[in-house]
Amino acid sequence: MFSNRYIIIYSAIMVLVVAAALTVVAVQLRPAQQYNQRVEKMQSILASAHIESTVKNAEDLYNKYITTAFVINEAGDKEANANAFETDLSKENSKAVAERHLPVFVCINDSGSLYYILPMRGKGLWGPIWGYMAFSSDLKIIVGAMFDHKGETPGLGAEIDTDKFEDQFIGKSIFNEQGEFVSVKVVKGGAPDGDTHAVDAISGGTITSKGLEDMIRDGLSPYQNFFQQIRDSVSSQNTSEE
Amino acid sequence: MSALKLLSTPLNKENPITIQVLGICSALAVTVQLKPALVMALSVTVVTAFSNLIISLLRNTIPPRIRIIVQLVVIAALVIIVDQVLKAYVYDVSKKLSVFVGLIITNCIIMGRLEAFAMAKKPWPSFLDGLGNGIGYGLILVIVAFFRELLGSGSLYGYKLIPASFYEMGYMDNGMMILPPMALITIGAIIWIQRSKNPDLIEKQ
Repeated sequence: MFSNRYIIIYSAIMVLVVAAALTVVAVQLRPAQQYNQRVEKMQSILASAHIESTVKNAEDLYNKYITTAFVINEAGDKEANANAFETDLSKENSKAVAERHLPVFVCINDSGSLYYILPMRGKGLWGPIWGYMAFSSDLKIIVGAMFDHKGETPGLGAEIDTDKFEDQFIGKSIFNEQGEFVSVKVVKGGAPDGDTHAVDAISGGTITSKGLEDMIRDGLSPYQNFFQQIRDSVSSQNTSEE
Repeated sequence: MSALKLLSTPLNKENPITIQVLGICSALAVTVQLKPALVMALSVTVVTAFSNLIISLLRNTIPPRIRIIVQLVVIAALVIIVDQVLKAYVYDVSKKLSVFVGLIITNCIIMGRLEAFAMAKKPWPSFLDGLGNGIGYGLILVIVAFFRELLGSGSLYGYKLIPASFYEMGYMDNGMMILPPMALITIGAIIWIQRSKNPDLIEKQ
């Protein structure tokens, strides 16, 4: 028979050995894992501006097309010592709106068009959902959207990451005729034809759709002062040209 | 038992999924596409083989009163290592498998083999037994995933097989195949075929 002393020492040694082995593995593989996450993020940002990338060329394409990236605060002023790419939205979203770091990615594609790409993060049914939305340089229309999720229901909520769903956002607008921020609604049962502020929800994915709608509204509303600056500068350019 | 027999019986007459009906949960969840199913099969095989080996090596030192804890620690450690390796080298697949890699810990096949085999047998046969059971599990996963991906998405291993002209003529992928119930029906069909080929598997009434 084994004595109690033996059992305690045995378990203690076992735990130490296993802990040491797991630490070594985790430390060794950390750089490769972080690299994968960076590449995935780059691919997502590029995808929202309709730039296809593979794991191999994502970093090159990102450096080529994303010409600048900066962080602003709610007032629309640039935060000089913050890195847009490294900003963790899950942390930012838990802060008060006035203290948030709001990343902006600027993309210039092959045809020379400038897009503003804004990240967003929210809650789905089972876990986090997130996405990137690309806007035309005058912010009038959405030129692309890319959504992803941690683990929404396959076939239902998980459909938010399909092209079929994402492409509905192309050509929509987050501002109404008067230029007020109205976001884009995700409408159960189908958006009315010609409504530029609504897309069709996913049947059977009501909570995910609702979460996505909240994510877009809450994710973009802190940018309103920034939006105003861009639109002012666009309209002043237009007047000076005339 | 000979080495070959240790490896081959779990493939057919003692298959963990179709005969012992263990590991069904993950077999339903990760068989939508061939690639995640293959990675899952490989991960489970690695964990069963090495946990069997390690437990068999330790078998005479393990106090019976804490043997389940020791087994679980070994399994959990191996699963975490597998999970970390997948995250580092096949990130896209590890995202698809998500929680199911972690859930290998609770896969009954592994603890079943440790209790039934590795605790009493020498390391080499134990290793082969683990390998055989892992492959037996993986075999069913791959067969199920083959049919589900082919009929549900019209592709295999991510490559489109059904030509676009078929779709134009009105062919449609069967969306049901993507959902777990069809995986259960596919496994049921495999069990049916297997039993009809092996009359001695059929229970006497």
